[in-house]
Amino acid sequence: MAVLETINLTIRFGGLTAVSKFNISLEEGELVGLIGPNGAGKTTAFNMLTGVYQPSEGTIAFCDAPLCSATKALQPYQITRRGIARTFQNIRLFKELSVLDNVKIAYHQNVKYGLLPAFLHTGRYHAEEVEIEEKAIELLKIFGLDTKKSERAKNLPYGEQRRLEVARALATNPKLLLLDEPAAGMNPQETQQLMELINFIRKQFSLTILLIEHDMALVMGVCERIYVLDYGKIIAHGTPTEIRRNPKVIEAYLGEELVHA
Amino acid sequence: MAKRFSALLQFALVLALGYAIQMAMDAGMINRYYAHVMTVMAIFVVGAVSLNLINGICGQFSLGHAGFMAVGAYTAAIITKNPDLILPAIFTGNVRFILATLLGGMTAAFVGFLVGLPSLRLRGDYLAIVTLGFGEIIRILLLNWDFVGGASGYFGLVRHTNFFAAFLLSIITITIIRNFIQSSHGRACVSIREDEIAAETMGVPTTRYKVIAFVIASFFAGTAGSMMAHLTQMVTPASFTFILSIELLLMVVLGGLGSITGSIGAAIFLTYAAEALRAFRAYRMILYSLLLILIMLFRPKGLLGTQELSYGLLKESFKSLRTRWQRKKNDDITAAAE
Ligand SMILES: Nc1ncnc2c1ncn2[C@@H]1O[C@H](COP(=O)(O)OP(=O)(O)OP(=O)(O)O)[C@@H](O)[C@H]1O
Ligand SMILES: [Mg+2]
Repeated sequence: MAVLETINLTIRFGGLTAVSKFNISLEEGELVGLIGPNGAGKTTAFNMLTGVYQPSEGTIAFCDAPLCSATKALQPYQITRRGIARTFQNIRLFKELSVLDNVKIAYHQNVKYGLLPAFLHTGRYHAEEVEIEEKAIELLKIFGLDTKKSERAKNLPYGEQRRLEVARALATNPKLLLLDEPAAGMNPQETQQLMELINFIRKQFSLTILLIEHDMALVMGVCERIYVLDYGKIIAHGTPTEIRRNPKVIEAYLGEELVHA
Repeated sequence: MAKRFSALLQFALVLALGYAIQMAMDAGMINRYYAHVMTVMAIFVVGAVSLNLINGICGQFSLGHAGFMAVGAYTAAIITKNPDLILPAIFTGNVRFILATLLGGMTAAFVGFLVGLPSLRLRGDYLAIVTLGFGEIIRILLLNWDFVGGASGYFGLVRHTNFFAAFLLSIITITIIRNFIQSSHGRACVSIREDEIAAETMGVPTTRYKVIAFVIASFFAGTAGSMMAHLTQMVTPASFTFILSIELLLMVVLGGLGSITGSIGAAIFLTYAAEALRAFRAYRMILYSLLLILIMLFRPKGLLGTQELSYGLLKESFKSLRTRWQRKKNDDITAAAE
């Protein structure tokens, strides 16, 4: 069963067609790469998948249920609740809040107590808050961030901010995780650790992952399949070996000099 | 269990303090003028803390808080002045006043819902524009409503508000809003302020929470309006104008957007300052604008920022002051040695 299936997903900004006829299909448990040169439309595709942008055309189906079609479009929070979580290319943490609160907010959808217990801090409130806190700390442990739980997110080093974003996304309990350049700005060692971590959580939480990444070696190393986007169109798709040999990809992505060389 | 008990104990102690102050006032130990100013302070604390929920906690921008105070004030005044209107006549005296205040709050909350729902769906400054317009519309409606006295106002209310009543309302407001902020629902509101897109993507229905915060704040503004009306024993369309909204905004900004303790402090301070500078009342809009500009320039997050004033914070700042002083002394010594 396909976890995610898009059909002819297209979005236009005025005259610019940022993404056109975007067709992808992800099987359960896969780790798939989405690559392409700057401005190819990768982030825009993520924004459509998560409901941040409304596609101009096309449909998205998640676990065989429509998220977005000509007749209806879910809000981003509804899509998250269905089981798609994401990170952002230019980190979007809740900067002024503690590391712990960042994760707690992602658990909000599971909170069952209403406004009255919140106003009065009833027993129910305390019981659920304790539970949320325990869950959040457990998750932070996996990411090695539990010792920094009281620190403000903006004060974390860059690499840890990226990790916190992944942790926060996981707290929404997704089936599908969309990672937008999670290793950007990290040094090779941090990148290596992050990739191991991603592989670990993928098994631990039985996730399907779609990964945008600029580091070719990295993508080729971890992904089972790869889609290549150029000027908003998918120009190739296949295993890393197939992609590496594809002349269109080499031309688009690696620059023409390589072809001539 | 222990947590809840200590919270209750704290609440009871604070109320006892308020009651003691009221007794001192009744016994004439605090003069009537100061008693009045302190009561107004407590009412403004309610106004500022509730506005902070919208502007500070939730990161939206309302310019019409006085409008909701007006709705609450007039609703409650109609109920207490007409012994068998809206509420049955069996409710009299202070009981009628309390119920009227609650109904004033609920009416304001309902109006807040009607105003908030369409404007909070949109991002950006729509709320500021809509609430600004709303305040004016309310004022003009009241000007032309003869049943409540039109332009000359609604007079002859019984003076139900004393210091303790206003104090009690402020403590209830502070407690409920603080509790709300510390809950998952409150965190959802804060996440909207921090990053609306990230909040939505983390599963927070942002529009719903903006409306919830707006409605809660409108409720408390309405109750504050009722308190004010039954303190001054009248309401006029001029009681709750744009200037009052700006005054409340100034309190929130000065104390720090998002800081409840900051709003409380700023409400007390600015109420005092407004009284002390009564002679310059005509210039207050100029003064307020200047103050707002100065804060935005030099302290854009307010005096406290989003922080709460607490023992820990005081200790921290004291420590950093001391190390700075120590360092300066050492520098002086080395300078002298050279
Ligand atoms: N909201 C928007 N309004 C107008 N144009 C947009 C908008 N969002 C994206 N675009 C345009 O769509 C194109 C694709 O941008 P996108 O950010 O998706 O690229 P990308 O593949 O993620 O690139 P990068 O590798 O640099 O992150 C760009 O030309 C961009 O300017
Ligand atoms: Mg991008």
